[in-house]
Amino acid sequence: MTSANLSLPAAAGGRRKIARMRLLRRATPWLFCLPAIVFVAMFFGYPIVQNVVMGFQEYTTSTFYSGEAPWVGLSNYATILSSYLFTTTLVNTALFTVGSIVFQFVIGLALALFFKRNFPLSGFLRSLLLLPWLLPLIASSAVWKWLLDQESGALNQFLGLFGVPAVPWLVDPTLALIGVIGVNIWLGIPFNVAILYSGLQAVPKLLYEAGSLDGAVGWKAFRHITWPNIRPVVSVVIVLGVVYTLKVVDIILGLTGGGPANSTQTLATDAYNASFVEFNFGEGAAISNILIVVSLVFALVYLYISRREPNE
Amino acid sequence: MRTAQKRTGRAPKVAVAAAALILPATLTACGGAAASGTESPNTLTVQDYLDPSRDPLYQACAKEVGVTLVISHVAGPGLIRKVLQQSSSRTLPDVLMLDNPDVQQIAESGALSPLSDYGIRGEGMLPAVVKAGTYAGKLYGLAPAVNTLSIFYNKEMFRAAGITTPPKTWDDLRANAKRLTTQDRYGFAMSTINTYEGTWQFLPFMWGNGGTEQDITTEETVQAVQFLVDLQNDGSMSKSSLIWSQDDVIDQFIAGKAAMVVNGPWQIPALQEQRDVQWGAFTIPTRLPTQTTVAPLGGEVYTVPRTADRAKMAKAGRFVQCLVSPEQQLQTAKVAQNVPTTPAVAEQAGRSNPALAPFVTTVQNARSRTALLGPDWPKAATKIYNAVQLALTGKAAPAEALRLAQGD
Repeated sequence: MTSANLSLPAAAGGRRKIARMRLLRRATPWLFCLPAIVFVAMFFGYPIVQNVVMGFQEYTTSTFYSGEAPWVGLSNYATILSSYLFTTTLVNTALFTVGSIVFQFVIGLALALFFKRNFPLSGFLRSLLLLPWLLPLIASSAVWKWLLDQESGALNQFLGLFGVPAVPWLVDPTLALIGVIGVNIWLGIPFNVAILYSGLQAVPKLLYEAGSLDGAVGWKAFRHITWPNIRPVVSVVIVLGVVYTLKVVDIILGLTGGGPANSTQTLATDAYNASFVEFNFGEGAAISNILIVVSLVFALVYLYISRREPNE
Repeated sequence: MRTAQKRTGRAPKVAVAAAALILPATLTACGGAAASGTESPNTLTVQDYLDPSRDPLYQACAKEVGVTLVISHVAGPGLIRKVLQQSSSRTLPDVLMLDNPDVQQIAESGALSPLSDYGIRGEGMLPAVVKAGTYAGKLYGLAPAVNTLSIFYNKEMFRAAGITTPPKTWDDLRANAKRLTTQDRYGFAMSTINTYEGTWQFLPFMWGNGGTEQDITTEETVQAVQFLVDLQNDGSMSKSSLIWSQDDVIDQFIAGKAAMVVNGPWQIPALQEQRDVQWGAFTIPTRLPTQTTVAPLGGEVYTVPRTADRAKMAKAGRFVQCLVSPEQQLQTAKVAQNVPTTPAVAEQAGRSNPALAPFVTTVQNARSRTALLGPDWPKAATKIYNAVQLALTGKAAPAEALRLAQGD
């Protein structure tokens, strides 16, 4: 007891030092994380929280000057969900996303397989394929708008050579959606080719050699060797593709502005219109919140897949 | 730029797409660069979406008021977004130009100061213009010159088709359009695009027939929509009108692919450059010969935003007063091919410029878009272009389309 008492000052000093060391050691990982946490909170957390809050407010032009945004509860959501347009935009979003992804992927995979056989100029051609990716979207959508023009568009003039009457690409409600999807497919192919091609490169050549001894060539080789090996890449490409496609606004705005008669209006363009054309930021935020939830589902799928992969 | 493009150079057709998900949130947080308050007390900042051809007019008034100017021309579609940023960060310019249907919305927010503070009351000016700039009984903005819509026609095509007098009624217009339509041109063209521009172009037909934006399902508006559907079904109007802006429409006219087009006087300079197109203009026909044409009033007004500096606001007030004075009205009309706001001055401008004459007549009867609904106009405008598009794409019959779009 006494000895313990006597030794207390020194021991306490040492213990305090140890405690401080231990605290520091425990805090170190957090300190390393701090910049990332601050970054995420500032540039992702704050805007999303703000957007969620805005969805419950009547946030209009007046708000910018007065700073007042009355709380309106769920009324923004009620307005959106009861609008005759909501189903249309939802269906359009689904068609646009599914249509784009399916064709982007199939064409992208076909091209990637094609370029895997190294032939003269294949590297050059492959880099040319990246062009759509390199062009500013506003520029390429403006050019596509000319190409698809009913009266003087290049596509219709070409089809005219074969006696096809002028097709109202961006004017007919059904064709407009197809047209917009088509342009988006053109735009998404480079991404698919680039990622899938690198996935194909990673498949060991040995497997094909061994497989060919057992008679796995052509389709069989693809089915039993290539496909299982690139599956992780495929799921990444598709999930990222879905998330990118859900939020497309620029191409649609450039080509049709969501028209004619809202036939190419998606959740993303609708949110854009509500916020930046009608300046009804509350409703715009509510629509984009719905969109965020949909994207989030796919993001979670992506996380799930990418976490599972290494164990396989 | 809701109504009309008044710039000689074209604004980018597509609004610069922003990240729609994140921007609404960040907009509140960030402000634009400081636009006022940093310069000397004798410098005024002026912000508009016009082009540098206006600068000499501004400079003339600056001389009169005894100030120097910092002028910034921003792209049309971005103006309101910029104004909103500036109003939340309190960096509004000293003098702000707004498109007339936007004035009430911005005035409602409290960002503008009443022009009566500076002794401006708009005496002698066209009542519709004063009304367009008035919110809750107070005048916030005035335009030196305004515009409206009429129909430009190709004189040669009219001669070739044997049409001697411009159409007076919808039936005439429809019959003429049909006669003027050939294999490689349409008799009639207008913009029915899914923006406020499409609504603006439709209004002469809706209003001229007695339709109202307070209830778009009335018989008068149904008839107006039906008229456009008829023109399209006759093959006299291209289905592409659904995606044409007003500039696209005038391009069709200049290229000889349309014989008659709905458009405004700001296109006159572009048309005058075309030596080989002989053109004229007539007022938009009404359904019955007894009706009078009621076209929408277009044009940009000048306002004095509330800034912290009272002395500067007073100078800005004097500057705006100078801009809307009769001499400046004439000058503006000349530069922009618009109609001066004071009727007497307008007549003078019409005499010296025959091309402007039909517009001078129509402007006297023009109505401002915010006259009935005030700050709620944009909502109605959206419903109107949606209805027109639903009907023209054949997704719904006119009456049904209007009911659907109105949403009740």
